Amino acid sequence: MTPPDVLVDWSWLGTHTSEIGHLAIQHVQLTVIAVVIGLAISLPVGIAAYRHHRIYGPLSGFAGLLYTIPSLALFALLVPYTGLSTTTAEIGLVSYTLLILIRNIVSGLEGVPSDVREAARGMGYSDRQLLWRVEIPLALPVIIAGVRIATVTTIGLVTVTALIGQGGLGALILQGYRQDFPTPAYAGAVLSVVLAVLSDVVLLTIQRLLTPWAKPAEVRQSVETVVPAAMAGA
Amino acid sequence: MITLRNVSKQFPGSGGYAVRDFSLEIAEGETVVLVGPSGSGKTTILRMINRLIEPTSGTIEVDGVDVMSIEPVELRRRMGYVIQSIGLMPHRTVAQNIGMVCELVGWPAERIRARVAELAAMLELDPELLERYPSELSGGQRQRVGVARALGVDPPVMLMDEPFGAVDPIVRARLQDQLLNLQSQIRKTIVLVTHDIDEAMKLGDRIAIINRGGVLEQYASPEEILRAPASPFVGDFIGAERGLKRLALMAVKSVDTEAGPLVNPEAEVPAALEVMRSHGTDWVAVVDAGHLLGWVDAKGLSRHATVGEAEPRPFSAVVSPTSSLREALDAIVINKTHVAAVVDDGRYCGLLTLERVAQELTAAS
Repeated sequence: MTPPDVLVDWSWLGTHTSEIGHLAIQHVQLTVIAVVIGLAISLPVGIAAYRHHRIYGPLSGFAGLLYTIPSLALFALLVPYTGLSTTTAEIGLVSYTLLILIRNIVSGLEGVPSDVREAARGMGYSDRQLLWRVEIPLALPVIIAGVRIATVTTIGLVTVTALIGQGGLGALILQGYRQDFPTPAYAGAVLSVVLAVLSDVVLLTIQRLLTPWAKPAEVRQSVETVVPAAMAGA
Repeated sequence: MITLRNVSKQFPGSGGYAVRDFSLEIAEGETVVLVGPSGSGKTTILRMINRLIEPTSGTIEVDGVDVMSIEPVELRRRMGYVIQSIGLMPHRTVAQNIGMVCELVGWPAERIRARVAELAAMLELDPELLERYPSELSGGQRQRVGVARALGVDPPVMLMDEPFGAVDPIVRARLQDQLLNLQSQIRKTIVLVTHDIDEAMKLGDRIAIINRGGVLEQYASPEEILRAPASPFVGDFIGAERGLKRLALMAVKSVDTEAGPLVNPEAEVPAALEVMRSHGTDWVAVVDAGHLLGWVDAKGLSRHATVGEAEPRPFSAVVSPTSSLREALDAIVINKTHVAAVVDDGRYCGLLTLERVAQELTAAS
């Protein structure tokens, strides 16, 4: 790509707003599906790992292994089986959320004070009531912190799924490279960072609403630590 | 009633016994304190009653039913449980914490609200605190919320593990008084664990002194333990000042007071002098229709016809029948007299002499 004559061609942006909007929505959809499925898998797995600590080591090892596979390589590995499809994209995206989510779920549950657990058991909470009424609610700030990191990471990774034809803001970046025209690439990169920051703020707000008892200082994770993750992905 | 019969507990992996062949009967409405050094298994014993720990051998019965035949969750809901670290739910408000067990057993919201308000009043918790989170309370307030929570569904049994261990001595003394006061109204069967012998003496109707390895050394009333320690271990454990501690546990009304040299205000002076002579004193107490007016001495009576004209002087040491002998002794010593008047709500009950208290002291040691 040769250095551009102008940094951003504003008129191009003006004529392509609906296309850009469509790609942004696709980006959000791919992210939400990945995080929701990741959470649906991680929650039971994380609870099991918390209850039976022996399986936690191998489990987090496996999730860690998935996490280390470069995204492009993972997609390439999957394409022969699942084609250039949303399934391929989601399998990859979900795999990357697992490590973060399982770890946060387990450490959130482990962070429940033992005296609270003992008091609840002593009062006659069954294991299930203990889990849903005490342990999960108390682990929520840490679990949601995991969801925030997973979401922001996924937003970064979704840009890569454009390579297997799944749209999202990555398509703009790709287009910029292919046509040697930087404007779409800038738009894609900037928008994915904006998405990351926005979703982080939204999740933080949800967490504050769900856990009004938690002191903000204990669970605050500043936007500054989250943005570089999004940039790295993009 | 709670009965422990030959209960032993060995934890897997540890060679010795945490509790060994331990038997105890706890009557209904009684406060029993399990006291002993660390490693005496007192907490293990407590936790076996609500099956947080299960015994290796032996049986535990509550009202004649073996606890092992009751679902643990069911069993625990019938017993209030208070621990040193309290374990309030940080994510629930104070009101929700107090109502936890009520909610668990499915009370309707309205009934829970009424019960929470009642318990808050009972434990002198400001209603304003009810909507706060536990992190916003002081240590003493949290402890009272813990007790209120345990009383939620009005269980007949309360299990308390070092309930006042985490608060400072002043707050602890106040909470102990509050518990005593509360217990006099609600008459629960309380099993309380502590390592503090003074707390045990203050709160327990009976005290079980437990040695390392969960061996019961003595199970008796505080007064009896002080009067006749069953073993050198018990003697060591109850520590110094046994006699004084025992006096602190004995009420004035539990010893025989003397009527003392007594006249009514209408008595003629010669009659009063005769009463003094027969008692070997140089003063008489003046009592009018059961009310103590004070005392007069021989010198004060001169130039008067009756005792009443001599204007009796008030006793400096006055105690009530519910005062402890230790308080009576203190009053006598502080006022540099040798006798305290025992007065119950204005009514004269008798005189307690230094000699009489000393008799109890010698009986104690």
